[in-house]
Amino acid sequence: MSQPEGKGSGAMEVKFVPDEEVLKHIADDAGIKVQKDKTQLAVSMKRFVKKLEDVSDDEAQEILEEKNYVAALGLCAQDPIGSGSHVSGGEVYSFQTPKCTRKMAELASELAQMPGQSAAPCHSECPEKTAKTPQRSSKMYVFVLLMHVFSLLLQSKKKEFVSTTPYRLRKRLTAPDPCLESESEYSASCSEEEEEEDQKECSTVLSDQKTPAKTKAASTPPPRNTLAKKNEDKMSNLVEEYFEAHSSSKVLTSDRTLQKLRKRRLNQQTLHDLLKNAPLAYAAEIKELNQEHESLFSKWMLQLHLGFNIVLYGLGSKRDLLEKFRTSMLQDSLHLVVNGYFPSITVRSVLNSITEEVLNHIGTFRSPLDQLEFIMRRFQEDSSLELYVLIHNLDSQMLRGERSQQILAQLSSMPSIYLVASIDHINAPLMWDHAKLSLYNWLWYETTTFNPYVEETSYENSLLVQQSGSLALSSLTHVLRSLTPNARGIFRLLAQYQLENKDNPSYPGLSFQDFYQQCREAFLVNSDLTLRAQLTEFRDHKLIRTKRGADGVEYLLIPVDDSTLTDFLEKEDEDV
Amino acid sequence: LLLTAQCPFKLGEKVLQVLINIFLYHDFSVQNFVKGFQLCIVEHFYSQPLSVLCCQLVEAKKRINSLSHDQCENIRRLPSFRRYVESQVSEKQIALLTGDSFLKEIIQKLLEDLHVYHENYVSVLRCLHVFTSSLPKYPLGKQIRELHCACLENRVWETEEYESSLQLARMLNKSDLVTMLQQCVEIFVSSSGKEFDKTVEKLKEFLTQFQKLEAEPFQEQDVSVSSQKELQKKTDLYHLQKTLLELKESRRSKKLTKFEMLRFEVVDYIDSLVRSYLVPADHKTLHEIVYFNTASILREHLNAAPRIALHTALNNPYCYLKNQALKSDGGSISNKAPDICIVYKLHLECGRLINLVDWLEAFSTVVMAVEGPNPDAASSDQVDDVIHARFIRAVSELELLGFIKPSKQKTDHVARLTWGGC
Repeated sequence: MSQPEGKGSGAMEVKFVPDEEVLKHIADDAGIKVQKDKTQLAVSMKRFVKKLEDVSDDEAQEILEEKNYVAALGLCAQDPIGSGSHVSGGEVYSFQTPKCTRKMAELASELAQMPGQSAAPCHSECPEKTAKTPQRSSKMYVFVLLMHVFSLLLQSKKKEFVSTTPYRLRKRLTAPDPCLESESEYSASCSEEEEEEDQKECSTVLSDQKTPAKTKAASTPPPRNTLAKKNEDKMSNLVEEYFEAHSSSKVLTSDRTLQKLRKRRLNQQTLHDLLKNAPLAYAAEIKELNQEHESLFSKWMLQLHLGFNIVLYGLGSKRDLLEKFRTSMLQDSLHLVVNGYFPSITVRSVLNSITEEVLNHIGTFRSPLDQLEFIMRRFQEDSSLELYVLIHNLDSQMLRGERSQQILAQLSSMPSIYLVASIDHINAPLMWDHAKLSLYNWLWYETTTFNPYVEETSYENSLLVQQSGSLALSSLTHVLRSLTPNARGIFRLLAQYQLENKDNPSYPGLSFQDFYQQCREAFLVNSDLTLRAQLTEFRDHKLIRTKRGADGVEYLLIPVDDSTLTDFLEKEDEDV
Repeated sequence: LLLTAQCPFKLGEKVLQVLINIFLYHDFSVQNFVKGFQLCIVEHFYSQPLSVLCCQLVEAKKRINSLSHDQCENIRRLPSFRRYVESQVSEKQIALLTGDSFLKEIIQKLLEDLHVYHENYVSVLRCLHVFTSSLPKYPLGKQIRELHCACLENRVWETEEYESSLQLARMLNKSDLVTMLQQCVEIFVSSSGKEFDKTVEKLKEFLTQFQKLEAEPFQEQDVSVSSQKELQKKTDLYHLQKTLLELKESRRSKKLTKFEMLRFEVVDYIDSLVRSYLVPADHKTLHEIVYFNTASILREHLNAAPRIALHTALNNPYCYLKNQALKSDGGSISNKAPDICIVYKLHLECGRLINLVDWLEAFSTVVMAVEGPNPDAASSDQVDDVIHARFIRAVSELELLGFIKPSKQKTDHVARLTWGGC
């Protein structure tokens, strides 16, 4: 594939356009409203409409415009749609509806009853529901289980709450479900605009618009008036339901705890072992999916070299995909892998590894910004240096702060630093504003693998897994931030002393007397009692451990590994 | 840039739409527009193997001669080329489909045609723009790019907007018309198209005719003056009616003034120019080489919605894992779906706080139903453990994704972080 010849220097002219003309381009477009509904790709002026919108005011106009906007952006005649999903924003972001307590169990039972077939989501209200008798005899077991589940749930305390709801409330709950509502709307609107809407997305947009369509005589055709009236009724229902859902602050869940289940809490290792033996469902399809994504590797290389950075999103762990990319494409070039999911990673460590290993510079810097400038200067001077940076989970707990993202953005805007990153959190794009977006210059790729997040969830932060005794950097900083400056100073002293003696394997810890002496010198405490109080507090937070030595003296020790402690101290110094 | 004839790469209509929309509606960022354009170019050259020919005409001719057989096959497969072949005589068809060298000659000619077409297109477009841009209500859009989009989309002379603009043009007054004609003359003179000398002459002729008109006295006023006089005579009702009717008829058949006739001619001439030169690009052969039209790629890469991807993946795994067992319609999910989808669906049904035990129970009912009743009691413990482990993993994944977070309000509860049905 040969690139086009360089466009001759005289061929392209750059014309200076004064501001007024630019304004003319922009402002006049915004003024004229949509005239036609018929043409699908209307070349007419539209107002600014957000794709993912909340309830807003003039609805008919917006429905029209959103349809045109979505149509203009969404259609592609020539391109076969691969795994494209045309889900409109209204489906993804909807309002809370009031839930009843046992809806989850009901759904589960429904799903369980009909294996292999799809179960419709349950619409009915909670109090009364008769269990459907299973058809075949092999389902007896399921039936028994179902009854068991129900009996368990009936014993929960919260049932009384449900049955004492006033009649009016229950009546409200029987108001047509939003799903049903939207379906009737769908049919009404569908019949009217059949000739205009062949696209699924437009119709879902309309059906999910549960907003009143104020009639605008000029632009809305007459059939819309009836739709408007229907919408108004539904609007008031929706409003009631919204406040209903948000008003009750009581928690309507059962009181069972994990203790009652008599299951042993699994720790990380057993979890891992158990899951290793369990077969992964749909292995073949997942493999196929991954192979599709692997065919994009060379395209990524091309685009990286052209100055773009790649970001991958989608359900499933993209760690393996990035690993494959690394082993297949980056074998001969300098690359750096950053495991964002590691709970004690910081931007500093990333920068350090660049300076120490890539640039072979041993030395410390005053601040990360200095370090960044140094790196940038070196890369600019030496144009043959190329660095590929692969970041797993750019949106991880530690890397999602404003400053970290700013530093990473500036790093990746260098022409010879190529960045490939993956994001997972649903709100990840929120951490980038316009400035960062332009620095990062992302090209978004959807790589949904259905791989389980094995590595990412194996660190410290899952709920049901027993925590091992060590604390991560983040928990340290969090706890300390909530304490008084004096307390922080005390802790810092202890940490420093511990770090000084880190090479000493038989270091028992700081003795209480020494510690008290040092604290007094630093004016952090004024009496024995206050120090003891602080230490008890630390102990409650599991920040220190005390041991009694052979001679009866208390020794204080921080049960955190040294690297974490150094990182922590550096961070503290930075912040102060 | 897009309209110049020197740049061999052109954007298709939809792509142009997408880029313009992003510019106007998301951010007025020129940089992003340029980035989008770069992306188009990269995509085009990456995915269209015939884009070796998308370059300056001289180079293209050289490269045509060195096309391999495979590439010739590619060309033969292009839909626009197929149309061209079908419209030819049958011997020529056979020759085109089999002979590589003959094909190469034809391709050269076609590319030249395309090139010439582009040059002419630009000039005529500008001319039309001059005419329509000052019409009230801008039926064809005020900016030249909108006109360009309209022309690219389909035959512009068939659209209603064109009709209305022609009608309005027929009502232009003289000074406007004269200035427009002068501008057109300038455009044609400065363009590099060789066929426009004739047009320039005709337009200049129009201009001189207009100037001559000014010198002529106004003759048509006599007719209206006489009719006025008639009306003022005293008549009774019947006579008045008769004279008014006669006047109306005479007015209808009134001879058009010279100016109006000239105006008509001018408009018709412009119309003919438009019809001959502003053919939409889709109708030209070999346009796929030069035009980039897959707007979906552009949208996907620049305007991505990761939340939507997650949503579809969780609700409808059939989109990604093409397994028949996963097929489900409506909003529901089959119970053979991957663990995380089941867990996700279950948690949607809860309020703000979710009890982990209930969740676990629900999950195990669903999963156990799939695997069938287990008569063996000894292994059921193991199965339970495995289910427990799977549940834990799915819940931690949901936490990683940000749907739930641990809550201190009640023991062993998690709080939902998303609203509603998502």
